[in-house]
Amino acid sequence: MKTKNVMIVGVGGQGSLLASKLLGHLLMGQGYDVKVSEVHGMSQRGGSVVTYVRYGDKVYSPVIDKGEADYIVSFELLEAARWLSYLKPDGQIVTSTQQVDPMPVITGAAEYPTDLVNKMLATGAKVDALDCLSLAEQAGSAKAVNLVLLGRLSHYFDLPEEAWQKSIEACVPAKFLELNKKAFELGKNA
Amino acid sequence: MKQLVLGNAAVARGLYGAGCCVISSYPGTPSTEITEEAVKFPEIYCEWAPNEKVAMEAAFGACLAGKRSFCAMKHVGLNVAADPLYTMSYTGVNAGMVIGVADDAGMHSSQNEQDSRHHAIAAKVPMLEPSDSAESLKFAKLAFELSEQFDTPVLLKMCTRVAHSQSLVELSDRVEQPVKAYEKNIGKFVMMPGNAIRRHPVVEQRTAALTEWAETAPINRVEMGGTELGIITSSTSYQYVKEVFGDSVSVLKLGMANPLPIKLIRDFAAKVKNVVVVEELDPIIENHCRQLGIEVSGKDVLPITGEFCQNLVAEKLGGEVHTGKALEDVIPPRPPVMCAGCPHRGLFYTLSKNKCTVLGDIGCYTLGAVAPLSAMDMTLCMGASVSALHGFNKALGEAAGKTVAVIGDSTFMHSGMTGLANIAYNGSNSTVIIVDNSITGMTGHQHNPTTGYNIKGDPAGKIDLEALCRAMGFERVRVVDPYDLKACDAVLKEELAADAPSVIISRRPCALLKSVKHAAPLTVDTDKCRSCKACMKIGCPAISMKNGKAHVDNTLCVGCGVCEQLCAFGAFKSTK
Repeated sequence: MKTKNVMIVGVGGQGSLLASKLLGHLLMGQGYDVKVSEVHGMSQRGGSVVTYVRYGDKVYSPVIDKGEADYIVSFELLEAARWLSYLKPDGQIVTSTQQVDPMPVITGAAEYPTDLVNKMLATGAKVDALDCLSLAEQAGSAKAVNLVLLGRLSHYFDLPEEAWQKSIEACVPAKFLELNKKAFELGKNA
Repeated sequence: MKQLVLGNAAVARGLYGAGCCVISSYPGTPSTEITEEAVKFPEIYCEWAPNEKVAMEAAFGACLAGKRSFCAMKHVGLNVAADPLYTMSYTGVNAGMVIGVADDAGMHSSQNEQDSRHHAIAAKVPMLEPSDSAESLKFAKLAFELSEQFDTPVLLKMCTRVAHSQSLVELSDRVEQPVKAYEKNIGKFVMMPGNAIRRHPVVEQRTAALTEWAETAPINRVEMGGTELGIITSSTSYQYVKEVFGDSVSVLKLGMANPLPIKLIRDFAAKVKNVVVVEELDPIIENHCRQLGIEVSGKDVLPITGEFCQNLVAEKLGGEVHTGKALEDVIPPRPPVMCAGCPHRGLFYTLSKNKCTVLGDIGCYTLGAVAPLSAMDMTLCMGASVSALHGFNKALGEAAGKTVAVIGDSTFMHSGMTGLANIAYNGSNSTVIIVDNSITGMTGHQHNPTTGYNIKGDPAGKIDLEALCRAMGFERVRVVDPYDLKACDAVLKEELAADAPSVIISRRPCALLKSVKHAAPLTVDTDKCRSCKACMKIGCPAISMKNGKAHVDNTLCVGCGVCEQLCAFGAFKSTK
């Protein structure tokens, strides 16, 4: 199979590392060659963060470049827009509608663009936007947005439900397993 | 069974497999996880040293004693440890010793993007360069073999994309190594001129022997794919080349960055019409080729700055470039910021309010330079805040005005102490602020000599900062809570006015530490908020203006109460 690309984008601290760990586990379990690339350190401190997940018969580069992502999974609306140019012409965006003001917006040096979902749709991108934060809170914790997003993403993956469940069990601490499974369900059925 | 393993974790797994017994490191992105993963193996003794020089010397002592040892650091850490490295090249080793160094092309979390290969060449030490996790494991093991075979420390060079990428790895078991009994050998291990003079030719012979080894080593391999274009590459650049061209061009993939082979490169170049060197940062392979009289292309087409990626390689070398659509809107940048509840915020607000000139240092608190606080004037390297403050004050005397140094607890232990000794010894009226958040924050919460815990989280020796500063001759040592703005302001003003050098310890644990209990988030009484934006001066990511009034994001706020102290109208209240 030709290499497929998933980008996970968001704001440092939102939980993208667990999401990529889970996806990596899932795809490796399907027998694919997998590469996951993340960035640690300074940029994690509330900055724009991106994680690349690539899978296929043979994966070389650990990163995804412009025009290559089959999926962009975004924890935050502005971040989905920021990385839009990395999407393939027929790629799919799955994004939370949450908005987190970056510091230049907080200080008044810049404005948060309006109507981003429609503007992204207008470029021809497929956009699935949902209020993941409310769903995560409904599951029991605002921190479970990552599992809500993965639940939603599972719609677009032709993989058995059981494989997802197995990966959730393998990657999530036992203490929070039920909460995360619920978040996954809520995202999937939203 | 294969597992998905982070490059750094694969190195740790390789160290384990090679029977490595002692690891001493200083944390630094992107190298930190090597040691954090290695500590999970009970067979390996691991520690965080106060700095990279100490770490490398500790590892050297362990290899001298007869056990395989390792130390890890980021690229700039190797500058700190360069002193032992360059002479260890002369002494060689007893048991094998490997040094992990992680470069950060693109400067994801660094102050420069120096190319560590220069150190390998200058120190005349072999350097291996893996391109994925499987090679990271394999090369870590091979490095020990080379170290013992050629009697030399060996550098294992990682880069951000290899260190922080996960790829599939076949794990292997540990093979214990017999202790190599220590034997006194003054001529080899006591590097005074008479002995060092005799060791230098040994180093040169070793480089010649290693070059010979490199000619046929399987880690330097040719993948023929036509005679038109031949690409010489290494590390993560190899992956980009293969991503773009697959098997359609010929590739010489070099797993050893130093010494570089001669005949292998000549033979490869002779088989293809055009040779291009694809390497990140400096033109080291390229210059080597030129020295051999081989006509190559390299930095004339590819950049010397930043990271590479597949589109860049495709664009410059004639592959298929992918493009996507962007929005017309200007997307505001999202730079990293101090976290909500960060104890550094109150201190930097106070420095900003007092219009201080701030000589800063390396750590999360470097973010004090970012608007709206903008409370930093210089950041150079570990420890420079303290030493440079002394020089600044010596140059200007009274005219230096309100100039201070700001340095973290871990950075102070790393190389702030010697600068402080200079202030005490050569007497400048300097005010040094140690921001003590009880952890090494930026690299992801590692303990250090001031925290009272070791790498495993077990109780350990704890250096008392106040007692240390007093013992160095500082009579004025003050401790302040940075969440208390009034106290911060008062102490800063007093110490700046005092006619003696002083140390202010701004102490409160990092808000992200699991042991820290947070107060309930605050909320804004919109009737009381007069939209004066006083609370916006601290650059807290949890506070923004919504519909003209201050608003607190309750998912971010940890109730530190710094904003509350800035509000003249009592608009902030606890949600408890």
